Amino acid sequence: MLTDEQIERYSRHIILKEVGGKGQQKLFDGRVLIIGAGGLGAPIALYLAAAGVGTIGIADADDVDLSNLQRQVIHFTPDVGKPKVESAREKMQAINPDVKVITYKEWISAANISRIIADYDFIIDGTDNFAAKFLINDACVLAGKPYSHGGILQFDGQTITVKPKESACYRCIFPEPPPKDAIPSCSQAGVIGVLPGIIGTLQATEAIKYLLGIGDPLTNRLLTYSALRMKFREIPLKRNHSCPVCGDNPTITEVVDELDALTVCDLKGP
Amino acid sequence: MNITVNGKATTLPENPSRTIDSLLEELDVSQRLYVTVEFNGDVLDRDAFTGTPVKEGDVIEFLYFMGGGH
Ligand SMILES: [Zn+2]
Repeated sequence: MLTDEQIERYSRHIILKEVGGKGQQKLFDGRVLIIGAGGLGAPIALYLAAAGVGTIGIADADDVDLSNLQRQVIHFTPDVGKPKVESAREKMQAINPDVKVITYKEWISAANISRIIADYDFIIDGTDNFAAKFLINDACVLAGKPYSHGGILQFDGQTITVKPKESACYRCIFPEPPPKDAIPSCSQAGVIGVLPGIIGTLQATEAIKYLLGIGDPLTNRLLTYSALRMKFREIPLKRNHSCPVCGDNPTITEVVDELDALTVCDLKGP
Repeated sequence: MNITVNGKATTLPENPSRTIDSLLEELDVSQRLYVTVEFNGDVLDRDAFTGTPVKEGDVIEFLYFMGGGH
């Protein structure tokens, strides 16, 4: 049951016929895991907390660095040096004390990911490296957990929602990660600070729609965004029969680390 | 020859020996070694790039890795 204070807090949700009191209750009962408390994770965590998603997990082993603050809007100047998950939790609970925030100050790996995602309804990839992106895809597909992929580079971003075995997964498009260091990370190539705000907010929207059970998910279409051209494009996709994880003859049947693809985006500047 | 590349109508000089592989070079596509090619709606195996001719009316999308997020 919503209290009077909650009815007021969420009044702009409740007034929407697609949400209502029932929908708000669904958000309270919802459990979303955000992997990465950086550029993408920042707006995702802030908006999901503000929306009243009842349980939000957030995983990141990093500490806040001065070079993060240009885009990771959940972290403030006095947070430099603090664990990102702690800094994020403080802001999320300041926005909305109703929300339960569960922090994981660890890097996800084949050893822990299946255990961590098991407790959640929807997973959001806000990571900055291909090893993690492929690991999240494989773990979510194998566990049947819907998730949102997001990626950014310089002035461009892209996102897709994956419903395992129903819609195209990340490996349906990219069967394997590029070799280590083949594709520049944002610490090497740079990223315009507003970009993760746009892509992350789209990912948070997908999580909220999923919990509410409304609208059309961003499945079987990759949404790409160019900030310079100020253009969104949608590329229709479908499941790939030869996908190594969700295809007809999968070669990936358990989660493994893509060690060859390991890169870290947030290496401290020179 | 008219094809569609990343949603844009594109006119290329006639070249009967043009393949996906040669097109990547001709258009100077970035991430050439890693880019995913969606060819008339299907993701094309990398092994098939050299053996897939590009014909009038083909619809081609280049899909790029974007690894950032932090
Ligand atoms: Zn797949």
